[in-house]
Amino acid sequence: MALTKSEWIELEKKASAVRQLTLDTCYWAGGAHMGGSLSSTDFLTLLYFKYLNFEPKNYADENRDRCIISKGHIGVAIAALFSELGLLDREELKTFNLTGSRLGVHLDSRKVKGLEASTGSLGHGSALALGTALAARVQGKSYKTWVLLGDGECDEGSVWEAAMATANFNATNLITVVDRNKFMIDGNTEDVMKLEPFSDKWRAFGFEVIEADGHHLSKLSDAMEKAMQTKDKPVCLILDTLKGEGISFMAGDHKWHYGAMDEVKYELAKKDLLEYEAKRLARVEKEA
Amino acid sequence: MGGMNYTVVDSKKLATAEIYGKTLCELGEKDKRVVALTADLAGSTKIGDFKEKFPDRFFNVGIAEQNLFGIAAGMAKAGLIPFISTFSVFASMRATDQLHTDICYQNANVKIIGSHSGTSYGQAGSTHHAIEDVAMVRSLANLKVIVPADGFETANAVRAAAAMDGPVYIRINRGFDMNIYENEDYGFEFGKGVLMNDGNDVTVIANGCCVFQAIQAARILESDFGIHARVINLHTIKPIDRDIILKAAEETRRIITVEDHTILGGLGTAVGEVVLESGRACAFKKLGLNDCFSAIGFHEDLMTMNGIDTEGIVKTAVDMMKRAHVVEISSDGKTTKALKFDDRDFEAEIDWTDEV
Repeated sequence: MALTKSEWIELEKKASAVRQLTLDTCYWAGGAHMGGSLSSTDFLTLLYFKYLNFEPKNYADENRDRCIISKGHIGVAIAALFSELGLLDREELKTFNLTGSRLGVHLDSRKVKGLEASTGSLGHGSALALGTALAARVQGKSYKTWVLLGDGECDEGSVWEAAMATANFNATNLITVVDRNKFMIDGNTEDVMKLEPFSDKWRAFGFEVIEADGHHLSKLSDAMEKAMQTKDKPVCLILDTLKGEGISFMAGDHKWHYGAMDEVKYELAKKDLLEYEAKRLARVEKEA
Repeated sequence: MGGMNYTVVDSKKLATAEIYGKTLCELGEKDKRVVALTADLAGSTKIGDFKEKFPDRFFNVGIAEQNLFGIAAGMAKAGLIPFISTFSVFASMRATDQLHTDICYQNANVKIIGSHSGTSYGQAGSTHHAIEDVAMVRSLANLKVIVPADGFETANAVRAAAAMDGPVYIRINRGFDMNIYENEDYGFEFGKGVLMNDGNDVTVIANGCCVFQAIQAARILESDFGIHARVINLHTIKPIDRDIILKAAEETRRIITVEDHTILGGLGTAVGEVVLESGRACAFKKLGLNDCFSAIGFHEDLMTMNGIDTEGIVKTAVDMMKRAHVVEISSDGKTTKALKFDDRDFEAEIDWTDEV
């Protein structure tokens, strides 16, 4: 079912709050992975605030849905999201990256409640997620597992080992999501290591591929629902996104994979995010 | 502890991995959380019975070790107790990042059984010899490491691994192992070395297939040379039994370690670290592969070539007894014992009982 207007607006505001807090945390921390955090924020907001059967107060419930963040370098966005979910105290975000903090660039699942896995070495999440999905089958449980991959990390052979096995075991209780922001540390994915024809690769591995605008909550919501309804094949949801979405000087610049900003840039970024939110809300008014 | 009651006859008919396979089935019967995973080596690692009995809890991921370890970690996170079975050479090196990050860092309750370890798959050549695996896995935090000496001990080790929370690496051989125990009921205790033969002249500390060789060597040292060798089966490498090592250092002052593994980073290194940190002086020799790859051949032949068989241990012990004498030094009316090396006179003055 498509998002209602009020729901859409509410989710837009949540996504804005996560983006703002991600920016703040990056500023407090003296640097963070902004680009890939901003490209994933809309998806993560929809997943955690609408679709994931996950109650922050009961984060260890064995029947909860799981989401494995394979692109573990977006710890800053996850910390912001978890703060919005009530899993992390907002004040604690000010310790991000500091010596002795529970929070660092790549989050540790043994320290952050609600985080399913400690990731950071790329290409690990798909197998972990397949493990939890197969465990659900063994245990007769009905929870779903989601895994969020970066597109650059799909260079790793382990992603395709897991993809092959996901189709082999017909793990339809696992939804693979790729944040296709088209950039990696050294540049455009097609310049560094060609991924295209990307969706064909997933199809060839036995997936039902669904492609969606990763920065349009209503369209993304429809795609996620379609993914959840697909029962005959495992799904790969490929999100068309922009690295650094929402902040003018970061958007589409691979150098903002990881970066730091001074006060001037920080203020500019805050202003950008407000304008971006207004633009997004105007779109809701126009399309809802 | 209650054994599985394999008779000696049975164990002579069963390769070590087959005993592992049966133990795994036994665990699978008792605990529905136990799942078995392999990467196209179900037959070779002898877990076919588990597949037959519990098809819904058996997963063959194809020839993809990174995936094998990652899936197992995910399953452990969801509450299962995965047993990974593959060759030691692949278990320790083909998916080390997954072992490090997905399993050890997150303290996932995954049990790894590496078969065909050391040079036990000798004919296969160095691509299939696992002579570095202990060095690799010993360095990983949270991981416990066991090297059983025979089939009975393998059954005990597997059961002990299942009973504890957290990751465990168990290293077993291809094919048959000589039995050093008559059954399982010899008091196996995780983390505790086993005294196989007492003696006060020299201590041979061994694990895996080298324990049998060490016991044979002790008999020859006794009968042919009058040397009383202590033999310790140090099946658990991590956590290491410091007490049994330091007692041996103190009482015999000569230690030889024997392992079917490189001398860099394995049993010998682990024992050496304990002795060195204690500040005790002790004649010390590591037997194993001396920073080289092994030749191709039958396991028994390779053990001889690499000096880790009975003869190699006897020679080393005799040599050590000749070169390193325990002497008594008197001063101020007090007599203490010291170690004197024929070829290293400067050591003679060292009162080994002094703590550094």
